[in-house]
Parts: sequence; C-alpha cells; structure tokens
Amino acid sequence: MRHHTVLETWLRGLAIAVIVLFFMFPIFWIVLMSFQTNETILRSPPSMAFVPTISNYEAIFAGRLDSNVASMDIKFLGNLGNSIILSVGSVAVALLLGVPAAYAFARHKFRGSEDIAFTLLSFRFAPPLLVLLPLTTYFQALGIADTYFGLIWVYQLICLPLILWIVRGYFEDIPADIEHAYRTAGHGWFATFRKIALPLAMPGIAAAGLLAFIFAWNNFIFALVLASADKQPVTVGALAFVTASGIQYGQIAAAVVLSIAPTLMLALYAQRYLVEGLSLGAVKG
Amino acid sequence: MSNVLLKLDSVSKTYRPLRRDPVHAVRHFSLDVQDGQIVALLGSSGCGKTSMLRMIAGFETVTNGAIELKGRAIHTLPPAKRNVAMAFEGYSLYPPLTVHENMALALKSQGVGRVELDEQVNSIARLLEIENILNKYPSSISAGQQQRASLGRALIRRADLHLLDEPMGQLEPQLRAVLRGRIKHFIKERQLTAILVTHDQTEANALADRIAVMEDGNLQQFDTPETIKARPANLFTGTFIGEPPMNIFHSEVELNDQFLKFHLGTDVVLRFPESAFSADLRDQLLNVRKVTLGVRPYAVRLSDVGVSAEVYANQWLGDQSHVAARFAAGSVISVSHDRVSTKEGETVCIEFPVTDLHIFDTRDGSAISHGGKPA
Repeated sequence: MRHHTVLETWLRGLAIAVIVLFFMFPIFWIVLMSFQTNETILRSPPSMAFVPTISNYEAIFAGRLDSNVASMDIKFLGNLGNSIILSVGSVAVALLLGVPAAYAFARHKFRGSEDIAFTLLSFRFAPPLLVLLPLTTYFQALGIADTYFGLIWVYQLICLPLILWIVRGYFEDIPADIEHAYRTAGHGWFATFRKIALPLAMPGIAAAGLLAFIFAWNNFIFALVLASADKQPVTVGALAFVTASGIQYGQIAAAVVLSIAPTLMLALYAQRYLVEGLSLGAVKG
Repeated sequence: MSNVLLKLDSVSKTYRPLRRDPVHAVRHFSLDVQDGQIVALLGSSGCGKTSMLRMIAGFETVTNGAIELKGRAIHTLPPAKRNVAMAFEGYSLYPPLTVHENMALALKSQGVGRVELDEQVNSIARLLEIENILNKYPSSISAGQQQRASLGRALIRRADLHLLDEPMGQLEPQLRAVLRGRIKHFIKERQLTAILVTHDQTEANALADRIAVMEDGNLQQFDTPETIKARPANLFTGTFIGEPPMNIFHSEVELNDQFLKFHLGTDVVLRFPESAFSADLRDQLLNVRKVTLGVRPYAVRLSDVGVSAEVYANQWLGDQSHVAARFAAGSVISVSHDRVSTKEGETVCIEFPVTDLHIFDTRDGSAISHGGKPA
C-alpha cells in the first residue's frame, strides 16, 4: 500500500473541503435564508449576521402568506402531501413493473427484447415538452387529467426506464448459475427470483428506487401542465411565492428546506442500506 | 445387473445468436449411463461438454433428441423437476449464506431434520477438508475453498444424478490427488451416478468408470479409460488422450519381400515382417495405402537398431525421462522410467515396436489396427 506524505494528506483534505463547500453552500445558504425576513435577505451587501425568525415556517404551517402589501392563502403543506403521494406512488408502480421486467430482460433473451428495452429507454430521450401537448389532449379525453392516477402514470416516463435499466444491470451481474443452483435444488423460477435474484439485486433496486424517487420528486413540468392547484407537488407549489407584490424569498427558502427534507432523509437511510448491501456483495466468485 | 439410468438419445444443441451464424455445440450425441456409474465427458474447451451437461440439468434447451432419466423424458421438464444435483464450474454459492447454510439449503427444503443435517454437512466437510470454513461467507474464502463448498453442496443432495462441472479445477495438485480418491469412494459407497465434465485426463482416468471423449460437439469414443488409451477409435482420441501426446507420422504402405514397409516421407522406411499382421489387415492396409502411424511416447524405445535421430532435448522429471529427437520424418518423443543419459546433439536409434503401433486411416482418421490386430 502507498503511503501518503503529510502534505499530500493535507492537500487531499483541502480539496475535499473545497468540493464539499462548493456543493453544500447553496443548501447552507437556503437554510440561513429560511430563518430571515425578506428585508434581511435582500439587504446589500449580504451578511451572515441576523436575528433568526421562524415566521417563514409559521406562515407555511399556517397556510397564510403575509407580505407587506397583501395576504393570501397558500397550500404548501398540501403540495408537500401531493409530492409524497406522487413520488411514492410512481416509484412503487415503477418498482412493481420495472423489477420483474428488468429480470426478464437480463435473464431471457428473446426476439425483440433489446428493441423493447431500448424503446423504454427512449422515453428519456425526448424533452418532456414534446410529449406534453398531445398528452394533455389525451388525458382530458380519457378523463384522467388532474388525477393522481394520471400523474403517476405520466411519472412512469421518468421512473420506469430508470429502474428498468439500472436494475437490469444488477441482475446481469449476478451469475446465472447461482440461480441455476437453486433451481436444480427443486425450486421453480418464481421462488428463485424471489429468494435468490431479488435479495442479491437489492442494493441496486434500492439505488434505482432512490434515484427514481428523487427524479419524480424534482419533476416540475408534468405536474405544471397536467395538475390543478390541489394536485400540484412542491415544485409547482413553490410558484405561489412569486407574488404580484414580489418574491417571498424567506418563505421560498423555508419551503425548499421542508421539501428537500424527505428526500434527504430517504437518501441518508438508503445510503446506510446501500453500503450494507454492497459489503455483503462480492457476488462474483 | 446394471440398468440404464440416463439415456442420451441423439441430443443436439444449436445456438442461434442474432445476426450471426448458428453454432452447433453438440451434434447427435447418444450415450447410456448405467446406474452407479461415473462417466467423464472429456474434451478440450469449446467441445460441447458443458453444453451437454447443462442440457441434462435443464439450463439449456435441447435442440433435437431426447434425454431420459430413470425412464422418464426429462428434456422438457424444468430443472426443479429433474432431480439432478450439480456442482458448477463457477461455484455459484449463495453469497448471503455461510458455507454450512449453502450446503444445508437443499436438504433443509427436503425436510431433513437439524441433527441429521448437521451430521451430513460435517461429514461432507470433513471429506473435502472444509470443516474450518463452515461458518464463513463465500466472499471471504479462497477460490479453492469455494469450489469444494460448491462440490459439497452438490454431493450432499439426494438426487438421481450428480453433475459435476470441472469440480476440481481450482484445487492445488496435491489436494486434487487426495480428493479424487475420496470423492470416488464417496460416490461408489453411496451408489450415486455421476457425470463429470473435465479437460483433465488424469481426473477422468482416476474418477470415471467410462470416459466419453468429445470434440467439436461430436462423441468420439465412449469406453473405459483403459480401452480408450489402448484402443483409441480414431486419430483424435489417440492424440488427445495420453501425456505427452502420441507420436504421429503420415506414411504410405507397401508390401515388399515379406515385409510391410511404411514410407515416412521419402527417406525413412519402417519395416515390419508381414507375419506381424493378419492377412485381412494386410489387405486392408495395402488397400487404404495412406495411413497415419501412432506410437505412444512410452512405447518408443531408444536402442541400437532402428531409425537414427538427433536428440534435441532430454528432461529428467524426477521419475521419468522425456527425450525429444528429430529425424527425417519429423520429431519424436520417447518416455522412459529409467534415467536416460543421452545428451542434446547426440544421435540415437529409435525403434517402434509393432505391438505398440496404432494405425489410422489418413483420410478419415478412423483406427485400422492396434498392435498388429484389427481395431
């Protein structure tokens, strides 16, 4: 093993610190903003010294947005709920459909299997705006515009290809003979899928699920066009803070902090699980 | 009395990769395996032996033909319904389970009780010298240990047929030699039937009752190890079996002055009295005319008479001498159990005894005679 000099270690630490600072600063700044009033946020030059206030959070939980000129209702907590329903729902559906499909694509080469897999991936190629207009017309005709069902369906465009392609790779990495060994021992293919393939691919499934959840959570454009106010997720809901009397930076910051909290917690939880799964790994002989 | 346990009836396997030419991995392979027999599928890489094994296990579909195990056609059944156990070349242990759990899993699902289960696992572990790693996970043990665990997982099963795919490829030579004996004893004692896939002749010779030599998807010969060595059915089997390989010379036959003369090129002639061959065989040889002679290295004698050749290598391996010499018709290797003192550059005389001469038809490689007797 190579030994590092003190200087190397120190430089390495510095580099990591700079990178962490670079990526964490916006979040740090948002958190600071969420405890300030619009006036302290907008003062020039900006300063880190201020008297913290929780008025922004109070406004969000109370559902009332008070600015110096007007007062209006906001449904941010409702938006948060919508985000959870839409993201959890769409990831669940995508896992339910995508994981078995990924297994099929990984294990069974049939005529056209690559073409189908590629078609599913191609959902990610087109810009969402391209499909939104016809989709809106279809959804209105089908009567599923502005429903959770319809939105979750559209969200499959984001989640399903992602899960399918990531999980497929994990299944392909498991030597088929591990499953064969289980099958010769008198187990059918479904038991083998459930008892051998699924647990071994679990770190991959968790990673794909987490990624799909983040993409679904951050989606803006589908919900903007296809959902009305009571179905909108936080990404669209945050627009409410852009009011005629100005942008309510403090409340936006508080809303952002609240909306990144669930994904952050999920990521932290899954991260622990991911590491556990990977250290079990060493699937290859 | 023995019964046919496994019947392979003209089994073929053709892979048809997309946009590429089909690959004929196994062609019209027919073979009967008797109850309690150990059969080795022996051949070089890519000869179709593993494809054959995987068809029996059910991981590959059979393109043509039928496989019967204990009288029931199994080639259309899923692997779970075939009642075969298999040890995989890539070990394929379940990563989240310990070696003990890996070996016990199949018995557990067959409802074997805890005490008996432990007893069996321990007994197999002792046999394979892996008692000390029973509580370890596959990722933390060596390849050789994983291979033994995988072999143990297959041997512990109560199955109609045990399939062993290169079961000892990763083991050290010393351990391999010890385990060969133990595994054979284990299989015979329990009256198991096993098919072993290997490219190691020593392993096939030591373990198998019968060896099926395969090449390019075809069965070349299926016989006992002794017969395959003494009476190879064709040139391929003759040269494939035996280490160092059989010396080969192309020749033309001629009968002259009561001697059967084999012309090796233009300069070398091997003469044998015509009485060494039966009349029929003589006629056949003269009829075929172009034949390939094969002599095993241990049958080549260095003596005072015979064809003169120049020695270019002489290696003493501790228990045998390998002498390589060049003569007008090519080069020849002689093996003797005594230490040979000849040096590089010296001229020696080599003799090919007729009793050890294998004669093959040059056109199709089929054997014509072994030791002066018709094949």
